Amino acid sequence: MAKYSLKINGKTQQIDVDPSTPILWVLRDHLNMTGTKFGCGMAMCGACTVHLDGTAVRSCSLPVSAVGKQAITTIEGLSADGTHPVQKAWIEHDVAQCGYCQSGQIMSATALLKTNPNPTDEDIDNYMSGNICRCGTYLRIKEAIKAAAQK
Amino acid sequence: MENTNTQNRRSFLKSSMLAGGGLMLSFSWLANAQAADKMAAMNLPDQWNELNGYIKITPDNVIKIICPNPEFGQNVMTSLPMMVAEELDVDWKNVVVEMGPHDNVKLGMQFTGGSNSVRMYWKPLRNAGASARQMLIEAAAQTWGVPASEITTQTGVLLHSSGKSAKYGEMASKAATIPVPKEVKLKTPKDFSIVSHSKKNTEGVKVVTGKPLFGIDYKVDGMLIAMIQHPPAFGMKLKSFDASQALKMPGIKDIFSFKLYYDGFEQGGFDTRTSNEMIAIVGKSTWEVMNARKKIKAQWEPTGDIKETMMGRGGKREVTIPGRLETTSDQLALMAEYGKKPAQQLRKDGDPETAFINAALVIERTYNAPFLAHNTMEPMNFFAHVSEDKALVAGPLQAPGWMEPTLSKILNLPADKIEIQMTRMGGGFGRRAYGQYVYEAARISQRLKAPVKLIYTREDDMTYGIYRPMYTATYRAALDANKNLIAFHVKGGGIPENPIHANRFPAGAVDNYLAEAWEIPSNITIGAFRAPRSNFNAAAEQSFLDEVAEAMGKDPIAFRLDLLKRAKENPVGKNNEYDADRYAGVLELLREKSGWDKPENKGKKRGVAAYFCHASYAGHVVDIVMRDGQPYVEKVTSAIDCGIVVNPDAAKNMVQGAVVDGIGNAFYGALTHKNGAAEQSNFHNYRIIRHNEAPKEIDVHFVQNDIDPTGLGEPPFPPVFGAVANALYKSTGKRFYNQPFSSEMSKS
Ligand code: FES
Ligand code: FES
Repeated sequence: MAKYSLKINGKTQQIDVDPSTPILWVLRDHLNMTGTKFGCGMAMCGACTVHLDGTAVRSCSLPVSAVGKQAITTIEGLSADGTHPVQKAWIEHDVAQCGYCQSGQIMSATALLKTNPNPTDEDIDNYMSGNICRCGTYLRIKEAIKAAAQK
Repeated sequence: MENTNTQNRRSFLKSSMLAGGGLMLSFSWLANAQAADKMAAMNLPDQWNELNGYIKITPDNVIKIICPNPEFGQNVMTSLPMMVAEELDVDWKNVVVEMGPHDNVKLGMQFTGGSNSVRMYWKPLRNAGASARQMLIEAAAQTWGVPASEITTQTGVLLHSSGKSAKYGEMASKAATIPVPKEVKLKTPKDFSIVSHSKKNTEGVKVVTGKPLFGIDYKVDGMLIAMIQHPPAFGMKLKSFDASQALKMPGIKDIFSFKLYYDGFEQGGFDTRTSNEMIAIVGKSTWEVMNARKKIKAQWEPTGDIKETMMGRGGKREVTIPGRLETTSDQLALMAEYGKKPAQQLRKDGDPETAFINAALVIERTYNAPFLAHNTMEPMNFFAHVSEDKALVAGPLQAPGWMEPTLSKILNLPADKIEIQMTRMGGGFGRRAYGQYVYEAARISQRLKAPVKLIYTREDDMTYGIYRPMYTATYRAALDANKNLIAFHVKGGGIPENPIHANRFPAGAVDNYLAEAWEIPSNITIGAFRAPRSNFNAAAEQSFLDEVAEAMGKDPIAFRLDLLKRAKENPVGKNNEYDADRYAGVLELLREKSGWDKPENKGKKRGVAAYFCHASYAGHVVDIVMRDGQPYVEKVTSAIDCGIVVNPDAAKNMVQGAVVDGIGNAFYGALTHKNGAAEQSNFHNYRIIRHNEAPKEIDVHFVQNDIDPTGLGEPPFPPVFGAVANALYKSTGKRFYNQPFSSEMSKS
């Protein structure tokens, strides 16, 4: 066990966990922030995507010991009421089916738009292909990203 | 024309006033916050007047609609309440939606599956809305001292010709004391103002803000986390294990083996279990449990043949489950061997044997498809808190009513002491109709005497699944010298279940017809997978028909329409399941919307397929282009006849999703075995369709009619496979007989 002080969504959180614990489980089990989802545990599906200093990372494969001072942003940190432009675009395009993958999709999309404010279809495909949607909402995700890019 | 419906008395309990009972479930989040009424929803009123099991109204006019069926992405938490709200005549903005408790008396069957939700609840929910409206009218009539016949409603307001008016909320407490009317009139489709008008997902905001909607998000104080070590292969069982090291790991509470079912347990149709004895690892947190699990030293041994008592369809029977450790190449060889043996005849019209002997040309093709894993994005999980005299279980589950009797038996508790709560599901596709993981969680909690959440890893989920069976079918068509189709024969089988729908198209359209089936018992567990059996048949049969049309020199759509014309005007045999008119209607719409006959489309590499299942008709035209040397489905045009479309935009989303799912499974889906063990364990070796592989465009069209809604979640899925296979032929010049097509491509 080791003590960590993590910056998450602008707040500092103290935890005492094994250094190998992935951020995914720190969030879900220890901090009760369950918006970040478990899908594969091996960086293959994107359900667990969070931002580390603004860059999208797979939290299932990121041990708490590797985070240091970097700031973590989760889906709960975008906005609690769905007013972030990407969340708004998702609601506007009624993207979700089961919705389980969507926190991860939104976190990837937000990171994409940060570095590439006007992505082409191909940019979106390339960037987003690490995020699986088993319900097949890919077309709407693309529409929502393009709509959010306009904002 | 107005429909008059007689209430089903059993489903309508006496209306009652419910004070302070706004939250029926402890496991319930604030009712859906529609933007305009966020405040109302957040500050939940403490008085809800319950007009019937589905409707509660507060004095200040917030309308709560209880959704009976669990949501797994098919949009029932929006479409079902829309049906209630339509007949209740309320402003959709004032509606909040809540998932109901498990209560089959009050809320009906509560089964999500079989594309059933909307069609099963179409009448009951509209009745619920209409009768509550009638009770409100009656309450106003009594209050104002006027005849009820003089009162009308307008979006949540009661109006009398004298100018008197009241909001529903003002009359709700009185209305709750009024007897439920025996008969109510329902609206005609042309008067719908909510149904058939797109409404946004009532949980959309919660989804995009990461609220704890799913079973895996469930948490109570003092809850422990559990995982299960199943045997490493089908056909293996636990011999012994040593957990001494694992038990010393931090956070671990207990490690033990247990049996899911007691000896002699009679398994119901949805009690499918992958193994009966397994090891449970219980601890404080997921990561600690995962780590301790790795330290368990377990010995496994072959099960040998197992005898079991099965209930469910077909009544009580003893079955022998073979102990064979299966390998995919052996399974394929075995299927080929069985395919040559005599099989069970399911349907015969005319004299197919003679017709085949007299044929000028016989076309014979064999199609194969592998096991498929459901791979719901949310892995199996469930919460359970079992104590001496009661049990609470909560999580993602398609069919609570089927789990309850088994829970009662294995926990030895009366059914009324078992509370089942249904969370939103991160996908289902049929997998969550089978509650093995519910029973496992309950067993573990019972032993620990503590609240426990069981979580499957992706590997557990994929390697110990309830798979889509492995299927094969051989089709034969006989043509006479004039290239007329004179006989059709399908003989299909599978491990462990056959795929044949003997009474579906082209049965009824061919004079001489024969359908036969066979099955190979297996210890690999199987169950429903989005459009069971159809998902294979539509691939095989629709590819075969394409080839037959080509041999006859006919256009594939025109060929199908000719057969359907025959089936309509002069049907062969009885029990033809489909409506030839609706089937043809979908093909006509597809022909029009895809521009099938347009000269500019003639050069396109396109394939068509249409299929009937779950009472609906669906077809697709798939356009393939070559991209980086690989065939890529660039565009799909879809046509569906599912009767009245309740929520058009969401329905379109569902069809697009089914198309993407179909393309993905046709190209990549496969779960293979080696010595009983699944060869794929996670998304690095089980390929799922991704963003870059989805079509650029999926153009969805619904047949417009006033037929009561039929299925939608499943019907668009099966014909994708056939349309893809037919487009692949156009694009590569090669027919694809074996799924997944990507493996076929890499062989050629
Ligand atoms: S759970 Fe992290 S990528 Fe799948
Ligand atoms: S919406 Fe279900 S997995 Fe994406």
